Amino acid sequence: MVDQNVAERIEQDLKSNDVVLYMKGTPVFPQCGFSAAVVQVLSHVGVKFKGVNILEDPGLRQGLKEYSNWPTFPQLYVKGELVGGCDIVREMYESGELQTLLTDKGVTTGAAA
Amino acid sequence: MAMEAATIEQLIKEGIPDAVVEIADLRGDGDHYAALVTSATFKGKSRVQQHQMVYAALQGKMGGELHALALTTAVPEGT
Repeated sequence: MVDQNVAERIEQDLKSNDVVLYMKGTPVFPQCGFSAAVVQVLSHVGVKFKGVNILEDPGLRQGLKEYSNWPTFPQLYVKGELVGGCDIVREMYESGELQTLLTDKGVTTGAAA
Repeated sequence: MAMEAATIEQLIKEGIPDAVVEIADLRGDGDHYAALVTSATFKGKSRVQQHQMVYAALQGKMGGELHALALTTAVPEGT
């Protein structure tokens, strides 16, 4: 069971930010190749996102695994929904599905800005 | 902590009996694998759900014993 306080914090993050990336490190200093790859994809797409460094928050790190039933990081959320980790985000970016998803959800991307 | 490719394949097949599994050891260290898993049971499921099925088959080893698994899932042609 996800710790109540952690669950609330996650929900707060996801409600107040269209795009949230739970990652290892920060967007400026990613500390894992997979996290860095997703940060790169998001900057290519030109979408604003909130980066959360789970290395600084072990409670959040464990809580997220249970909350989303996803064992690894990074974890990308758009409008509160788990999009996936590095593999899925990269696959979707290469096929253009990520850009479509963002536009469909009303999230402004670089191309539209 | 590392895992053998054969163990990963076996676990996935136990969890997803019809799965066809192709595994490549990316760095030869038993810790960084790429896997393509094809199964008819993925049909109609989102990528996240498909990957969650594979992680469930790996019985919690993903992210622990198994550090990195570049995973691709697919549905067999003509299903």
